[in-house]
Order: sequence, then structure tokens, then C-alpha cells
Amino acid sequence: GCFVFKPSPKKRRVSQKTVNHFGERKDDSEDTELRYVTCQSLWNEIKLETEQIQEDLNKQLFDNLVSFLRRSHSEFQEKTTEWTCQMKSREIPTAALVLGVNVTDHDLTFRSLSEVLQNNITPYIALLEAKDCPGIKNLMQKLMGQLMNCYIDVDSSEDEDYVQVSQNRIRCSMSSLINWYESVTKKTDSETPRKKRTSSSRHWQSPPVVVIFKDMESFTTKVLQDFIIISSQHIRQFPLVLIFGIATSPMIIHSLLPHSVSSLLCIELFQSLSSKEHLSTIIDKLLLTARFPFKLGEKVLQVLINIFLYHDFSVQNFIKGFQLCIVEHFYSQPLSVLCCQLVDAKKRVDSLSHNQCENIRRLPSFRRYVESQASEKQIALLTTDSYLKEIIQKLLENLHVYHENYVSVLRCLHVFTSSLPKYPLGKQIRELHCACLENQVWETEEYESSLQLARMLNKSDLVTMLQQCVEIFVSSSGKEFDKTVEKLKEFLTQFQKLEDAFQERDVSVSSQKELQKKTDLYHLQKTLLELKESRRSKKLTKFEMLRFEVVDYIDSLVRNYLVPADRKTLHEIVYFNTASVLREHLNAAPRIALHTALNNPYWYLKNQALKSDGGSISNKAPDICIVYKLHLECGRLINLVDWLEAFSTVVMAVEGPNADAASSDQVDDVIHARFIRAVSELELLGFIKPSKQKTDHVARLTWGGC
Amino acid sequence: MPNLEHPAYPAATLLHLESLVPCRESQVSMLLSIFGERQQFSFPSIFIYGHTSSGKTYVMQTLLNTLQLPHVFVNCVEYFTSRLLLEEILIQLQSCSSETEQTSHVPCDNFNDFVRLFKQALASQELEDQTLYIVLDRAEQLREMEANILPAFLRLQELTDRNVTVVLLSEIVWELFRPNTGCFEPFTLYFPDYSIGHLQKILSQNHPPEYSADFYAAYINILLGVFYMVCRDLKELQHLAALNFSKYCEPVVSGEANDRDTRKLWKNIEPHLKKAMQTVYLREISSSQWERLQREDGEPGQLKGLSAHTHVELPYYSKFLLIAAYLASYNPVRTDKRFFLKHHGKIRKTNFMKKHEKTSNHLLGPKPFPLDRLLAILYSIVDNRVAPTANIFSQITSLVTLQLLTMVGHNDQLDGPRYKCTVSLDFIRAIAR
Repeated sequence: GCFVFKPSPKKRRVSQKTVNHFGERKDDSEDTELRYVTCQSLWNEIKLETEQIQEDLNKQLFDNLVSFLRRSHSEFQEKTTEWTCQMKSREIPTAALVLGVNVTDHDLTFRSLSEVLQNNITPYIALLEAKDCPGIKNLMQKLMGQLMNCYIDVDSSEDEDYVQVSQNRIRCSMSSLINWYESVTKKTDSETPRKKRTSSSRHWQSPPVVVIFKDMESFTTKVLQDFIIISSQHIRQFPLVLIFGIATSPMIIHSLLPHSVSSLLCIELFQSLSSKEHLSTIIDKLLLTARFPFKLGEKVLQVLINIFLYHDFSVQNFIKGFQLCIVEHFYSQPLSVLCCQLVDAKKRVDSLSHNQCENIRRLPSFRRYVESQASEKQIALLTTDSYLKEIIQKLLENLHVYHENYVSVLRCLHVFTSSLPKYPLGKQIRELHCACLENQVWETEEYESSLQLARMLNKSDLVTMLQQCVEIFVSSSGKEFDKTVEKLKEFLTQFQKLEDAFQERDVSVSSQKELQKKTDLYHLQKTLLELKESRRSKKLTKFEMLRFEVVDYIDSLVRNYLVPADRKTLHEIVYFNTASVLREHLNAAPRIALHTALNNPYWYLKNQALKSDGGSISNKAPDICIVYKLHLECGRLINLVDWLEAFSTVVMAVEGPNADAASSDQVDDVIHARFIRAVSELELLGFIKPSKQKTDHVARLTWGGC
Repeated sequence: MPNLEHPAYPAATLLHLESLVPCRESQVSMLLSIFGERQQFSFPSIFIYGHTSSGKTYVMQTLLNTLQLPHVFVNCVEYFTSRLLLEEILIQLQSCSSETEQTSHVPCDNFNDFVRLFKQALASQELEDQTLYIVLDRAEQLREMEANILPAFLRLQELTDRNVTVVLLSEIVWELFRPNTGCFEPFTLYFPDYSIGHLQKILSQNHPPEYSADFYAAYINILLGVFYMVCRDLKELQHLAALNFSKYCEPVVSGEANDRDTRKLWKNIEPHLKKAMQTVYLREISSSQWERLQREDGEPGQLKGLSAHTHVELPYYSKFLLIAAYLASYNPVRTDKRFFLKHHGKIRKTNFMKKHEKTSNHLLGPKPFPLDRLLAILYSIVDNRVAPTANIFSQITSLVTLQLLTMVGHNDQLDGPRYKCTVSLDFIRAIAR
């Protein structure tokens, strides 16, 4: 298990119960059912989109693999009589599939790969994992099981007798596998001609058998080595193709297999898209679009991206985190009922209850909006629900328009910043997006410096960028950009004009030179000096002027459209901003949680009696907490007798002075038992272990145990 | 060279046999004299050893097939448990002389059953009057099966009381087989490596039909000149010869040179073969890719080999974890304080330090370290605060599954697991950049 995948805490099954659960947190929760349905449909839409993206990204890789598999055995089938083919030792065609370290994502890739192969190449595919194959015997068992079952899958229930054979424990050796293969391929030959045609249209006469090793790194050398040696001896009767799923680098093949074995393989390398690029596409398609009403706040997005970059590189985990955000948003924000497509949202506004209207009035962004209005309007907004609804519809529309414009302008700005040296605003559009969400981007130093740099761009770069921007605006859905496009086009024509003018001037300069040639040296010097002087004094050329204009124009666009979302009224409805919840769920800290629980049980139990002040040990705490606190004071080895003594002192503190001091020499049996139970609980949790160094001592395993 | 002679077999067959096993005549004649005539009892067990591709399997197979001796040929790697192995022998025995398809297979769990079933099979196949040969290829695998298998096979003749000889083929010497309880000593026979002359002779034997033997022999000569230094594996050489022959023929086909013009041909092929040595031979690029390159006349430079893709992209903290693990593996514990603490004491200048620095820690290999030390170093090398979250811990396990770290010692997870860093300095350098 690599980069352990934690399922989101709210695994929801579609049932009435979950719907109920959805709203049970707050008393004033409204429209729970509608929120639940909206959440479901939104998530389904997003899920489809992510799957589509994944498919598109993998297409190239899969196409290559399919053509490799087609090639691999066809060569031998065609020209077995040729001399070279007889002389060459037959190697096992092998695809080394480098997938990157994000192992959690691989499962999905392999699943879709086997689907693709099943549709195009061969029904015989086996997926092997290292943990199932500690020895060659297990590997063969697993392999035969999968292959023979897949046969049954393909031909439904026609051949009952065959199923029986596979269920009797057949000898798991290569020879029985070969017998099986021969019988299967023969069978497809002798089938009814109609059926044969349908099958041969998809696969050929003797389709290769594909064995996929999902995690090459974890396989032991011996297993792989034996398997390759065995199958290479039978490659002529049994067209095998191996696919190695590699997470690190293809060098692992050489370090796992000795040359005598790797020389039996015919290895070709295939590389999947890096998960960073995958993430960029996901962010591009899911977040930087007006298509989905739900948005992530800056902090939340930062948390998700950080988990991705710092910890696992796993796109699946990112999507799961995104899903969690959606669920959490719809669960905790009653107004999220309006977080849907604009048309629906307007309808829903009309049917909002009074409570919901009050909820809206409580939103900080809305309050700010109210305060900026005239006083009679303020009163209307705060008292009349129908007027409020009208305004909300307008505001929602504004928000929608803002999003549409935001995306286009952001992309446009990215075109500029991504080509600047040192990338002051980040290379990726997601960094720019975060910066814009965080606060007013034009007030940051980075923005200032990138504008400075943009003012030094050369002309050809500037022109291509402008062209890109025009494309972005033309293809964008925003309605306000007609003017912008016009303006940009105007800039472009001006640049064009400049160029023409420049060429003309070139001609004139050369004619000037003609003239100069005839003058004497003294005059030449003089004119040259004059020229130099004039160049220095002339502040800006036409081109420079134009460049300034362009940059200023872009700057104005940014100031207009890239206002951070939290300045927008009603942004709370569509933006999920509680990063702390997300961090709690996705970036769990087991050690800290455990320590808090044992050190300060009040934190979790919320029992007033447990509320302790500072370091003292309360005797009302659970036994394990007392034992734990006592053990924190000890060194690496803990004397059990002393520990018990301390424990009983603490526990007895209540019964305290009135309990007989004389009998305290002998520890009460019940306390003794409680102590033993608490200590064994600690042992179970992995804080201590029995030690052989000293009798009656246990060793600490954590914190300062050294 | 000794011609094969044996009274029991017709001279024509022997002559044919001799042509099939070039450079192995003396071994074959030795084997023949041990085998004796068909009905004669032979030595109970014969152990043949020799380096990879010195013709052990091939010689045994051709010998038994051409003389049509009854035999069973089993590869011990393929039949990896004793049960599979014994059953396979019985199955082959059933279909040995009679051509009938194998009947129902009988389960055979131990050697006792095997001896009983073996006798039955021999009786039913009417093989009692001639020697049966059981050849066990890659016999070193037998050592990993139950302890009684190897000694029992060595004494099979005695145990079954039938005319049977067991031949063991292996790449390692008999001394490594001998069980410490002692066993019947087989007759050992050594197959020496082929010399360059032998290789030349054997490789030239199979020339393509379109070209003359001399022409092909010249090619083989050049090939051996390049590859003999690195590779003496006959199979591999044959493979390489077949791969590159079309390139060799190119000038002849295009008419630039005739097939006697060896110098020109040599000039054409030599750099090509050298390139092949660096790429195909090491399996940097596959042979089919190599062939495609040849056909398209492309430069092999365009195709990057496997070792060109050494860079591994890791998440931010994984990188630091790996670096910390590397430091923990190669630095002694007592220097930790000096390297990772801000206010360490004075560095003592003693001879002791110097003595230590003489042996590089890199030569000694990685040392195991406990988890706590790894985390402590991690906290000190990462600039900002790192919370010990589940994500960090799971990254350690994932580094273990990626084989960049290995877990050392017992599997008790609670008992302070110890790790070793298995990556090289170059790898760490690339990551640290």
C-alpha cells in the first residue's frame, strides 16, 4: 500500500437515511433533501468529467501499447520459416510501463488498460500483484485462476463442463496452461462460423496472453526469474506478453533481473503522462471553468495542492479531497442549495423560506453589501423577503458573470506571466489562480515585478501573446469581451504597422548612408555624434510606447476582473472555505491525536469532571490516561513496581486521607488489576514493550525513549 | 578428434550424431561408454555440470533422441514442487513409448508413491528390458525441495530395482549439492566452456541458405572479434549474429562490394556491432526496436535506452525523507549532533576522527537506523515545521514498497522498525538538486 489512501469519512450510500443524516447537524438546516440531491448530481457530473479527462490523457499511451501488442507476436506468426527467425532466440515481448510514484492512481490505469486490451487485443489478461505472489507456486495459481476464469467470462455459460475442469484442482504448471490455451484456441476455431467471424473481428486466431505485473518493484527476484525462465521455454506454443508496471525508473528491471534472465526479454519502454500534468489538466477542467457552480476557496485549494505536491502526487486523492469539499460544503452550508446552475438557482431563490432569507442576511459579504446601500434600501433588504429575493437573483447573476470573466482574464494574464523569466507569479496557472484568490493580486510585489518584466518583452513575443489572448477571449463565454477583443486586435494592427514603418525607415537609413559616404571623416564623426545624442534624448520609440500601452491595458483588465472572490457578495454560497475541516480529515496526525486523548481526555470526552488545569493528574481520568501520564515521566526503562506504586497513590488520592494509611502498604487487588489492564492497553497501543534487559521492567517505545 | 564408436549402435547413426554435436565428441563418447548397450544396466546416476550454454541440455537431448533411447526429460525450474516433478515424470513415462495420449493422471504425493507408480508404469510400457534415462535439467532446484528427493533420485535404480539411470544437469559443482547426511555419489562429468575456435565452428555451421558458408564464417569471425570479450554465451551470440547479419549483407545486396571484399565489409559492420554491444546486448533497447532501426537506417541515438530514464520524480517530503534516510544510513550516529544541531559543542580534534575517515562509509554500505532517528533528521533538514501526520508515515512505507528503503530485521511493526537506505549517492544528488 503506497501513499495510503484514506476513504473520505462520509461514505454515502444513496438511502433516505443519509439524506436525513445530512441535515441533522443544525437545527435551522433548510432544504436538506434538495441540497443532498444537488450535491449528488454535481458530484456525478464532476466524476464523469474526471473519468473523461483520465481517458483522454491515457489514450496516447494505450494506443502505443496496443500497437506494440499487435506487433509483438504477429512477426513470428507470419514468417516462421525464415532463417533469421529460426536463428534468433525467441524473446518474450515485454512492455515496461513507467507510471510514476503515485501508486494509488495505478489501479485505475490498469483497470482501464485491461479494458482496452480486452476490447482490442485479447481476452486473456492476468493482473498480478506482488502481495499475492510470494512464491512461484502462488504466482502460477493466481495466473491460471485468472486466465481460466476469463475464458468463462468471455463465453458466458455455454460450456459447463469446462468450468468443472477448472474447478477441480488441476496441476498448476505451465504444461497444463499450454494445454488449456490450445484447447481454447482450437475451440474458437471449431465454433459456428457466425460466431467465429464475430470473434475474429476483435481478436486474431491465437491472441496473445497478457500478464501484467502491477508493481514490479515489490516482486522478489526469484519469482520473476523463475517465471520468465519457465515461460521463455514455452514461448513458441504459448504467446505470452508481459507488462511491467514500474513506479520508479526502468532501471529496476536490470537491478531485479540478472543479465541471463533479462536477455530472455524484449523490453520496450512506455511512459505515462506525469501526474503533475494530469493534475494541471484536472484543475484546468474542473476549477478554471464556469461550468461547475461549486468553487474552492484559496486556502482549501492550497491544502489540496499541498497534499498533492508534498505527500503523494496522487490525482485520485486530489479528486477524493475535492469530493470531500463538495460534501462538506453542501452539508454544512444551508445556503448551498443555491449552488447550482444559474437558471435553477434563480428558481430556487423564489422558493426560499424565511429562515433561509435570514441566513442570507447573516452572511458577512451580504452585510457588507447592505451597508454600502442607501438607508431605505437597507431597510427593504433587511425586512422584505420578496425584495431580498429579487436582489439575490441579481447578485447571483453578477457572481456568475464574474466567474465567466475571471477565467478568461486569468488565462490571459497567465499567457503573459508564464513567459517571463523566473516566473514571479508562478509557472502554473494554478499558482496564479491561488494568488488571485488570496487577495488583490495587483497589490502584490510579484505582480509589480512581473509588470516591469512585461514592459521589457520583445516584439515577436508580445505579438504572439496578444494573439493568444485574442483567441482566449474569442472562445470565452463572457459577453463583455467584444470590446476587449477589438482593442487587442487594434494593438496587433498597430504592431503590424510599426513593422512596415520600420522596414521603410530601413530603406531611408540606407539612403542616408549613401549620402554620408561622400562626406569626409570629420563630418561623419559629427553626424554620428549627433545621431547618438538624439538617440539618448529621444525617450521612447513608437514601439516602446505601444508596449507600455499594451501592458497598461492588461493591467486594467486584471484590476477590473480579477477581484478576489471573497470581495464578491454572496461568495459564501459557492465557495468552500473551511480549510481546517479539510486539513483535519485529509492530513491526519495520529500521534498528536493519541497524545491529546491520553494527556487531556477532556478534549474528546467533554466530561466536566475531567477538566484539568495544567500538569496535575486527576484521579477521575480513565486508568489508561493516568498510567500514560505517569509513564511520560520515566526514562527508557520503567520499573513496574514503582509505576504501580505511583498509580495507586494517584487513584487513592480521592479516598485519600480518610482511607487507612496503614493498609496502603499492600496494594488493593482491584487497583492492581486495573493497573495491569491499563498497562496492557498501553502495550497494545505500542507505547511500551516487555524488556528482557531487566526483570520487572518494560521499555518505552516512544518520545524520549532513547 | 575421436570418432564415435560403439558396437551397440549402427555406424551411420553415430556419424549423424557426431555431426550434430560439434566440439563435444569426447563427452559424448564418454557417455556412450557409460550407457553401454540398451539392455545393460548403466551407472545409477550421472551428474553433468558446466557453465551456461556449454551444451549440456542440447547434447543430452540429441544423444537420447538420435539413438532413440527411452528417456524422460524434465526441467526442475518448471516443475517447482516435488509433487509436480514426480507427476510430470510419470506422465511423460506414460506417453513415452506408446503414442497414446496421456490417460488420467495419478496423484503422486511422495517418493514412496512414485516408486510404486514408476514400477507400474515401466511394466505397462514394456520398458523393463532396456535402460530408461531420467534427465533432470537445472538440478540445482532439487536442493530446495524436500530433503529426501535428491538422495532418492540418486539411488533410484536401487530403490526401484529397475534398469534406470538418472542424469542430473546443473551449472554448479557437485560439492554444493552433497547433503550433509551423505548420499550415493553420482558419476560426475564436466562440460568445459567452448573456446573461441569452438564457437566459430558451431556458429558458422548454421549459415543462411542464400549465402555461402565461407561468407557467413567471415561474418562470424568479425562478430566474435567484437563480442568475445564480453559474451561467451552461445545462444546470445547466435541471437546477435542473426540480428546484425542483414546489416552485414547490405553492401553486397546494394552491389557496393562483393562477398570476397572482407575489408570493406568489416569497415561497414564494425562500428555497427560496437553500437549493438552497448545497446542491444545490454537490453538497453529491445531487439525488435534494433531491427526496426536497422530497417529505417536511423541512428540509435534517437532511441533512449532504459538507463537513460533514471530520474524519479518524488513528492516534496518523500525527497526529504529519502535524503534523511540516506544521511542516517551513511553517517555514524555520533556525528548527528554535530551535523544537525545548531549549538553543538566544539569539534574535538583527535586522531580518532582521522582514523575513521580513512575508510569511506560508502564502501561499507548502508547501515540500518531506527525510525525515530530518521524523523529527527527529517525535522532538522526541512526548513519549516513538519507535522508528523499520517501522510508522512505512509510515505515511509511507500518508499519501502518502491524499494528505495528496505525494512531491516523482524517484522514487528510496534517494536521500533529499522530501515536501510538502498539508493546510490548519484540518485540522492539528483533528488537533492
